[in-house]
Amino acid sequence: MRRVTLLAGVALVSVVVLLALVSFVWTPYDPVRVDPSARLLGPSAAHWLGTDGFGIDIASRIMVAAQTCLLVGVIAVGIAALVGVPIGIGSGLLGGWFSEVVMRVTDVLYAFPALLLAILLAAAFGASTWTAMIAIGIATIPAFARVARAGTVQVMASDYVLAARSCGTGRAAIAGRHILPNVAPVVGVQASVAFGIAILAEAALSYLGLATPPPTPTWGRMLRDAQTYLFTEPSLALWPGLAIAVAVLGFNLLGDGLRDLLDPKLREQAR
Amino acid sequence: MSTTALTGAPLLAVRDLSVAFDRGRRRVLHQVSFDIAPGQRLGLIGESGSGKSLTALAVMGLLPDSAEVTGSVRWRGAELLGQGERALARLRGSELAMIFQEPMTALDPTMKVGRQVAEVRRLHRSAEPGRVRPLVLAMLSSVGLPDPVRIADSFPHQLSGGQRQRVVTAMALVNSPDLLICDEPTTALDVTVQARVLALIDQALTREQAACLFISHDLAVVAQVCSNVLVMLDGRVVDGGPVDRLFRAPEHPYTAGLVATARLDLVEPGSRLPVIGDFYASGAAGPQ
Amino acid sequence: MTSIPSDRAEPGVYEVRDVTRIFGHGDRRVEGVAGVSLTVHSGERYGVVGESGSGKSTLIRMLAALDRPSSGRIEFQGRSIGELPDARLGFLRSAVQLVFQDPRSSLNPRMKVADIVTEPLRSRLLRGRTDVPTDRSRRLAEVLDAVGLPASAARRYPHEFSGGQRQRIAIARALAPNPQVLIADEPVSALDVSVRAQVLNLLNDLVRDAQLTLIFVSHDLTVVRHICDTVAVMQAGRIVESGPTAQVYARPQADYTRRLLASIPTLPS
Repeated sequence: MRRVTLLAGVALVSVVVLLALVSFVWTPYDPVRVDPSARLLGPSAAHWLGTDGFGIDIASRIMVAAQTCLLVGVIAVGIAALVGVPIGIGSGLLGGWFSEVVMRVTDVLYAFPALLLAILLAAAFGASTWTAMIAIGIATIPAFARVARAGTVQVMASDYVLAARSCGTGRAAIAGRHILPNVAPVVGVQASVAFGIAILAEAALSYLGLATPPPTPTWGRMLRDAQTYLFTEPSLALWPGLAIAVAVLGFNLLGDGLRDLLDPKLREQAR
Repeated sequence: MSTTALTGAPLLAVRDLSVAFDRGRRRVLHQVSFDIAPGQRLGLIGESGSGKSLTALAVMGLLPDSAEVTGSVRWRGAELLGQGERALARLRGSELAMIFQEPMTALDPTMKVGRQVAEVRRLHRSAEPGRVRPLVLAMLSSVGLPDPVRIADSFPHQLSGGQRQRVVTAMALVNSPDLLICDEPTTALDVTVQARVLALIDQALTREQAACLFISHDLAVVAQVCSNVLVMLDGRVVDGGPVDRLFRAPEHPYTAGLVATARLDLVEPGSRLPVIGDFYASGAAGPQ
Repeated sequence: MTSIPSDRAEPGVYEVRDVTRIFGHGDRRVEGVAGVSLTVHSGERYGVVGESGSGKSTLIRMLAALDRPSSGRIEFQGRSIGELPDARLGFLRSAVQLVFQDPRSSLNPRMKVADIVTEPLRSRLLRGRTDVPTDRSRRLAEVLDAVGLPASAARRYPHEFSGGQRQRIAIARALAPNPQVLIADEPVSALDVSVRAQVLNLLNDLVRDAQLTLIFVSHDLTVVRHICDTVAVMQAGRIVESGPTAQVYARPQADYTRRLLASIPTLPS
């Protein structure tokens, strides 16, 4: 059963990655070329998923938008992990008032609406893929800090850290040798789940016009464009919606699958 | 076992029980057979990995789906192997109850313990409005918990290890089971607490006239509760008999080894302690 | 058996005077250890008996300078260790090693046995000390042999071993830096009774051969009787009774000691 979750996640994520990779070298049509003569066509041999209100081939647009989606995921999760994990490990390792202050600050950040942050950044620097990625990344830092801190506190309480301390092993060596390898799996799981959330957030921001500006294709913007024709051509919203669902579901299943695979308690039972 | 002949029909009859994992490649239990008569107390001893806990889980039908179970487990003559989850769930907690080693994991951390005991009662009995709470309190006090009202209104983390194990014992006994399976019930406890919990289980079994399958790696603990013992090694039953005979004059060399290692009190302090290897050379000889 | 030095004027390896450790404050103030004094002599096998919450684990953590006393004085080889900063504890860290109760949690599951056993030799504080072996691979082979594990064990992970073997790995790690004092915290209580004898025999042999001072913590007076020549019984942070093990075992004075002895399950004889 656990394998099924993991494999389903890998399969769905692979579909998205494959679409993005193929789109670098080939798409059926130019994903930004407007063709007024071919507006709102239904699916056909020429246009597999039809065309949108600008006459752009939907399949091509979906494929290229997968690039943006993955880029946003990688950068946003990268920012969050690179900042959040050291904060979490440091706070768990050092403990005391420092740890308390750091964690309260991340709590405040947790409570701060990510949308407001995105609006502020977009207002200051102009809405772009980068402002969206940074806003999503910052908003996700607390999740990583918490996971890393919880893992660190657990490892610090173990007897093998006590044994290491009792023979004079320094903090840096404890962090590198004992904490990081034990925290890495949970951070990996968190990264996969956060990736899904980032994709969803980017779609929402694009939809609101707070992220990637046109003409770069994104699934969120495709949804926004489809809104105009929602009652006449509902299938326009179907395809980008489906793409978002596949990507988010894929990364969530991958995260769940990894969690089960790496959970030492479950593994112990299986042995 | 000869006990069947003495007391009539067995409560539980296990025949040629075998368990395998990995599509039959890893066999962990080999043709285990035994009977438990009504009111009889059978001990199951062996080292970790010998298959004691697997035997208990197989009897309860609690093994994971990946386990291949063959043989026969009969409860009052009716076959349990292959029974649906619903039929087994009706038995578990009412006629068949189990106490696990780690009481913390057996309790729901978000629910007051009094309610947890009551749930087990309600699950198996038709509505007894207004009668469950007094019964739960009586049960808690019968397992030696002082101030049962306060205990009933506590969450598991507010109790000590010994108190939690008593609550778990109360849960197991609340429906007056006919067979109580105890899997290392005192291994996680302090010695003085262990002594009290063992005495308590002994009293409860006598009071309820319940049978018991008691699992432990510690012979001395088993001897406190049980009249008969089976010895398990590498998934097989290798020896068995009345406690007195087995401990005084063990016949199987492995049993002799187990008994010798448990008699720390007979050895001159500081001298070399006997080990199993002195009596019985297993297939995988060497330091354990 | 080592005889107990009768000359009490001779300074011990450990001199513990009136040590108290308080956790929390205000209403939640708990005295983990309350006014404990004891002396452990060189070559002695000192047993500390008590149940969970007796303060025995807190006491040995303070002996290993993993925790600091709230008040009182702990001297190791004549030097007070209670207030020394970590960086100046090298002499203690190389001379005192610990073995813990549960080898499942005292060995990092993600490290190979070779790395686990040689970790003390790589520690910042111990490297370069004259009493600590410098040739790591040679020392690894020596200690694995000493605890009865094959050399091939070095390349494997802890989960590939049984409970008793894991405890051997933990003992090998403790022996690696050539310590003078071994502190064992319930080293056999997580093991099967049948495996217990093997580990106790091993500890007995190692302590005798390397002339170690042993501080052995257990809840089981029968085990302590077998291993130790002196014993202190702890309850609620205090030592309620202490003396030669044979005497305490045969003629316990404190009520609590009697209760502890009566609670140990025994076989019919």
